[in-house]
Amino acid sequence: MKELIQQLVETTGPSGYESKVRDLVIENISRYTKDVKVDALGNVIAHMGNKKPGGLSIMLSAHMDEIGVIVTHVDDNGFLRFTTIGGVRAVNCIGGRVQFLNGLHGVIFVEKLENANQVPTFDQLYIDCGFSTRKECPLQVGDLAIFERPFIDMGKRIVSKALDDRIGVAIQIDVMRQLKQTPHDVFFVFSTQEEVGTRGATTSAYGINPDLGISIDVTVTGDTPKSARMSVSLGKGPAIKVRDSGMLADPRLVQHFIQIAESKKIPYQLEVLEGGTTDARAIQTSRAGVPSGSISIPCRYVHSPSEMVDMDDVENAVRLILSFLSDPINL
Amino acid sequence: MYDSLPFLKKILALPGLSGYESPVRQVIADEWGPFVDELQTSRLGNLYGIRRGTASEPRPRILLAAHMDAIGLMVTQVQNGFIRFTRIGGVDPRILPGQKVIVHGRRDLPGVIGQPSPRLLPEFIGKKTVPMEYLLIDVGLSTEETRALVRTGDPISFAQPPIELTDNTLAGHTLDNRASVAALSVCLHELSTIRHTWDVWAVATVQEEETLAGAITSPYDVRPDIAVAIDVTFAKGPGGGGYKTVPFGKGITLGWGPNTHPAIFEVFKKVAEHLDIPFQTEVSPAQSGTDAMDLQVSGAGLPSLYISIPIRYMHTPVELVSMKDIQRAGHLLAQTVASLEADFVQQIRWED
Amino acid sequence: MTSEQTKPLSRHFIDLVEKLSNASGVSGAEGEVRIVVKEYLDSLKIPYRVDALGNVLVEHSCGKPNAFRLMLAAHMDEVGLMIVEEEEGGLYHFEIVGGIDLRVLPGKTVLVGKQRIPAIIGAKPIHLTEPDERKSPITLENLRIDLGPGGAGKVKPGERAVFSTEFHDNGFSFTGKALDDRLGVAILLTLLENPPENIDLLAAFTTQEEIGLRGARTAAYAFNPDAAIAVDATPANDLPVWNDDENIGYNTRMGFGPALYVADGYTLSDPRLVRLVQDCAQKSSIPYQIRQPGGGGTDAGSIHKQREGIPSMSISVPIRFAHTPCSVAWHSDIAGMVDLLQSVLHTINNDILALPR
Repeated sequence: MKELIQQLVETTGPSGYESKVRDLVIENISRYTKDVKVDALGNVIAHMGNKKPGGLSIMLSAHMDEIGVIVTHVDDNGFLRFTTIGGVRAVNCIGGRVQFLNGLHGVIFVEKLENANQVPTFDQLYIDCGFSTRKECPLQVGDLAIFERPFIDMGKRIVSKALDDRIGVAIQIDVMRQLKQTPHDVFFVFSTQEEVGTRGATTSAYGINPDLGISIDVTVTGDTPKSARMSVSLGKGPAIKVRDSGMLADPRLVQHFIQIAESKKIPYQLEVLEGGTTDARAIQTSRAGVPSGSISIPCRYVHSPSEMVDMDDVENAVRLILSFLSDPINL
Repeated sequence: MYDSLPFLKKILALPGLSGYESPVRQVIADEWGPFVDELQTSRLGNLYGIRRGTASEPRPRILLAAHMDAIGLMVTQVQNGFIRFTRIGGVDPRILPGQKVIVHGRRDLPGVIGQPSPRLLPEFIGKKTVPMEYLLIDVGLSTEETRALVRTGDPISFAQPPIELTDNTLAGHTLDNRASVAALSVCLHELSTIRHTWDVWAVATVQEEETLAGAITSPYDVRPDIAVAIDVTFAKGPGGGGYKTVPFGKGITLGWGPNTHPAIFEVFKKVAEHLDIPFQTEVSPAQSGTDAMDLQVSGAGLPSLYISIPIRYMHTPVELVSMKDIQRAGHLLAQTVASLEADFVQQIRWED
Repeated sequence: MTSEQTKPLSRHFIDLVEKLSNASGVSGAEGEVRIVVKEYLDSLKIPYRVDALGNVLVEHSCGKPNAFRLMLAAHMDEVGLMIVEEEEGGLYHFEIVGGIDLRVLPGKTVLVGKQRIPAIIGAKPIHLTEPDERKSPITLENLRIDLGPGGAGKVKPGERAVFSTEFHDNGFSFTGKALDDRLGVAILLTLLENPPENIDLLAAFTTQEEIGLRGARTAAYAFNPDAAIAVDATPANDLPVWNDDENIGYNTRMGFGPALYVADGYTLSDPRLVRLVQDCAQKSSIPYQIRQPGGGGTDAGSIHKQREGIPSMSISVPIRFAHTPCSVAWHSDIAGMVDLLQSVLHTINNDILALPR
């Protein structure tokens, strides 16, 4: 599983430009199902199972895209100005390295600040790709880059960029691998453009028109020094989302997941997230409405180039989702 | 005449926070049952009360939407027997200290919101409002018992019971928007006594205070030709003045602005004038902030309108409404619906 | 930077832009613009329908089976004002509809309501102000629309007001109000005069763009096209920087041609469409620029999320001083826009859908 995760996080795929991740996903899932399609926004939709009487049509969604930056100007001296794709924070950028879609590398630094301790604005940051003039620089306005940082295996815990949400992608692939039978029609969606507003999930949910929707994504934790107050910790089990700032999870689904976790002795936590949302928000309001929820993987340092998750949580999430899909669901 | 007061008092006493509407939905269904031909519940929990009209098939449909969900609070953490919480919907932290609540844990637990003394709070707060994250709920049980009964994500309702004040007015929490649900009851009752050509789908929608999910999704079930949202608006009173407020108890409002189709506005206005139902125009320069905002742009678009019942002290546990305005709103809805010709939609023109 | 190839703008086109620019069409009250659009379509004998949001929708079928369905959208509405409360003596309290910087309001003339009643937005005489007071903008709470003493009761809350700027053409550039997006409306009408032969052209003249891209949403749902391009206007902030630093935040530049969007606040353009439009520009030697990625949005922001997803992008004419009483646009950029879109209409087909995104 770690190998798959490493492959996934080391692949480049900022929002709207997920094609490399898409290819890798399709390569990995095609042995589990032949029923795979790519829609107009680039979502991968993989279907497994055949609905039996009492079964449901279930959409699972993990997003392929990651946050990044986009060039807004190449200046006279070959420095690049940029803006963000998704929720990038300036404090996480200085001294960071980026890689453009064409392979070029760059480092981010900052203009001289009036006060060395102030948090800079994006207007004050620039990318240096090692060129001295605009003419030399092959990059143009509109070119995208992602943050670069090697994958670290700490044993039980792993650290990388883009674990948000390649960890969800990896979990879905592993669920597909292990899913032997299901009474449901299951649609595994590997979605696009989540980081810029759950856009891929909006259109894929419309196309699938499922009975239930579940997103698999990361959530922040409250277990680090003087962190924001949050009842989720790393390593204490996957989090069953009750709400986030964009969605109230369907209480029947929350209860159903709790029952599964308790009966199968799978550790779990309950999540109330006050900033952020996931693909489930888009699924819930699709067409006439879709009861929706989320399974969240606790993750420290979300949207920094060094996100950290615990492999126990990942494996327990796989178990929880497998149990969920294997049995009839009666809400 | 149908008196909506007992029903309104009953639903005000029930929980039904955004996303957790089932307790109130059942009681609304019981009340609407005798007035409608059919009741349905959507996948997200919208309640549909359907009255069939007399026109020949395919009959035009009007959707009348009032949200039934309530604002409230939600448990974020149980800490040493105390409960930390966040809000569901727009709650001003200034009304919270000393407020009685019900924590919907493994069983319903009455509790009170406590404001820790200054020495227990960060210095920056001083004499300022204590932010929500520093307030605590005490349910008066031992630490162990609280921990066993309450967990992260449990909803919390306000416990203030409704009280009748002078001049046929009622105070309580969640008049936003159960006053409008009561108006829909008035409307459905009246329609059950008169002839109407259109099908009427009265909808008690869910999750308006958080995500508007109920209004966004309902047109896909109902497939209406026209959509009208019924909500509350600001009445003049202490702390409320200016053009965004209207006199209290002096009639309802018809919404005007981009969320309004002029032809729908016109037909409601004519009926109100004809029946001497007092009303004012409520202007919204851009979005109305009501369910109409989403109803209008669903699918290929719907001619829409919003009408409102003025209340004082919105989003506090002591909202105040005039029962007369609820009656007026229901009456206007019923009579306007009854006045619609079967081919009304085909007659709609943009009067440029 | 002007292209040698582009044809000069016709008198006919300039007259159309003049009519459109001078018409009132604050978001939600696009009636006057709708009349101009409908009359123009009538004169071309092109059928249309008006939907529940007031969008004017034209569906031009080329008559060939399985033809590619391309939607073009231009919004009819403009930013403006709404009367919200009458005070005594012909004074009215108002609100802003859409994004207008408060600092452009004092000392301007406006036209109120369907009757286009002239009125003014005054400011306190400088003599009566304190030096410190003049450093802060006058708040909306302290501004009024003044119809004159006889104006009492003449307009009602809910009526809209627009800047009363008269359109002007000097042979090189246009000045006028609401060039965002009446230029787009005029360009779409022009394209409908010579519709493409091999694709279905779905033209949407949309409403309520300035308050949340709302008209385009229902129009796209109704059309359900294969792809869409929003045709709009976007600010050119290409003025010098105060300290003569290099201007790195211009959004677009006048004279550099139509501006192609890669990313804005609401849309990540479909890369296949961007490549196709770039190829068309290069093939036809039409100068173009990439709009600086960043915030803001166009109708594409709501179009691309309808139904199962619609590959979309935006192309805009650069204009100076958008969302103020008087904006400026250059002939050359507009002519380039018309030529570029013509080229796109004659190039695009079903093949684009088969390419990897």
